[in-house]
Amino acid sequence: MIQATGLTKDYGPRRAIENLTFEAKQGEVVGFLGPNGAGKTTTMRILTGYMPPTYGSAKVAGFDIIAESIEVRRRVGYLPETVPLYPDMTVFEYLKFMADLRHLPNGEDMVDDALALVGMDDRADGYVSNLSKGMRQRIGLAQALLHKPEVLILDEPTIGLDPAQVVEFRTIIREIGKERTVLLSTHILSEAQQLCDRVLIINKGRIVAEDTPENLQARLVGAERAVLRIKGEADDLAPVIAKIKGVLGVNIQPDGSLEFQFSPSLDVRPEVARAVLASGYDLLELSPVGMSLEEIFLQLTQDNAKEK
Amino acid sequence: MRNIWTIARREYRHYFISPIAYIVALVTLLWIGIYFVVVINYVSAQAYYSASSAPDVSIVVGQMATIFLLTSPALTMRLLADEQRMGTMELLLTAPLHDWELVVGKWLGSFLFTLTLIGISLIYPLVLHTMTTGGIDQGLLLSSYMAIILLSAVFLAIGTAISALFSNQFAAFFATLATLLTLWWLISLPTYVLPAGTISNIFNYLALNGRFNAMVGGVITNADIVYHLSLTALGLFTGAVAVEIRRWR
Repeated sequence: MIQATGLTKDYGPRRAIENLTFEAKQGEVVGFLGPNGAGKTTTMRILTGYMPPTYGSAKVAGFDIIAESIEVRRRVGYLPETVPLYPDMTVFEYLKFMADLRHLPNGEDMVDDALALVGMDDRADGYVSNLSKGMRQRIGLAQALLHKPEVLILDEPTIGLDPAQVVEFRTIIREIGKERTVLLSTHILSEAQQLCDRVLIINKGRIVAEDTPENLQARLVGAERAVLRIKGEADDLAPVIAKIKGVLGVNIQPDGSLEFQFSPSLDVRPEVARAVLASGYDLLELSPVGMSLEEIFLQLTQDNAKEK
Repeated sequence: MRNIWTIARREYRHYFISPIAYIVALVTLLWIGIYFVVVINYVSAQAYYSASSAPDVSIVVGQMATIFLLTSPALTMRLLADEQRMGTMELLLTAPLHDWELVVGKWLGSFLFTLTLIGISLIYPLVLHTMTTGGIDQGLLLSSYMAIILLSAVFLAIGTAISALFSNQFAAFFATLATLLTLWWLISLPTYVLPAGTISNIFNYLALNGRFNAMVGGVITNADIVYHLSLTALGLFTGAVAVEIRRWR
């Protein structure tokens, strides 16, 4: 549904995105993950027909984003980062205006449907200016869903929502993502982990990794880690643990616990436990630590920075 | 066509909830009303002592041109500049409509609002018609109103184009005002210093006020109509190009 080939965008001398190639299939939720200024919004603006790329091309819902921009725009629902609303209109008027621009045959029914979907049907007659941030976000989503688009592009859809609304929003997005293509951007890693079938990690305008959240985690974890907590100071224990065969590294954490890495092929934990007891310490905790997407992300973006 | 109408309708409605539009309507109608009463009073006092001709419709339409010169920038300044500022431009530019439809729709909204004011001002010729023996010259009425409608189309098209260039309403206002003043009158200034001839004629040809006065006087040429429509089209085209350029930046 979305096929981007070599997308590049220059803002004057500054290159915002460079040679982005990716695709998103029908019924797939793809997440753009990256720090602020990584080029997520730029990419989305190109795909929605807001602006053309400097180089490269893309097809959305089977149409070329430059030559057949209007056709693309007809089939895409877009929620920009700053929700575009007219404060002087009521919720219903605003959505009806968008329905008219999209030539929806039974516009009023579709407005009602979209409002019901985001749980705002009781606020249809309220003015947009009186809505809270979370409600505005929902109206923005209703606007994007209005014409039941084949492709949904959401720029930071859960930003500024309270935790309950975030859960609600994610449920809606997951529901939509079952049938249609959803491309969303976020810098919240747990969100990408929960929502997306596939994650594209983007940094400084380039894709640095692309996979399912699970695979990314597995692929990038080169070593297993475990945390060890004992009664008292662990400082003297560190060299003892480091000498055990299979332990790759030991470091003392700020909270006084001791973290060590070991190769996945050799589980050293029983050996470590014995060493602790043999040294005369009381063992309180010995548990594995999975590498979170957060750390993967940091690792990737930092590696990327070092290369430069 | 449908998209133009959707955009125009929203703009037209917006005027009725915005203070600027009410101020524009108030200034226009109040000023014309006061001027009308003053002129009528003066003329009837004159007529008491000696025979004098009744005023014609130019006392209404002539004033409107000056007022529109000042109020058109206020009506058009926010049309596209405000969409840019509020971020709703992103909504419109990713909706399935062409850039020119957006610009023409915006212009049409402001034009319809101005037409409403022009429509209301028809009260004065009507009053004048009942006050004068034999009524007013209907041909003159037609040509005067045609002149003000053509002129406001030009003013608003230029304002719409300039609004597309700015994301600050006030910058758009002053740039529009300066452009309109130039086209209305300033552009004919070189004729005072240049020797009479082709070049001097060109400047005279471009100025809108000479044409307007001739039309209000009852003389409408094809050149007048073509010139006004060309300027309107040029304004709308410039606006569409300005929106298009925004995309590429």
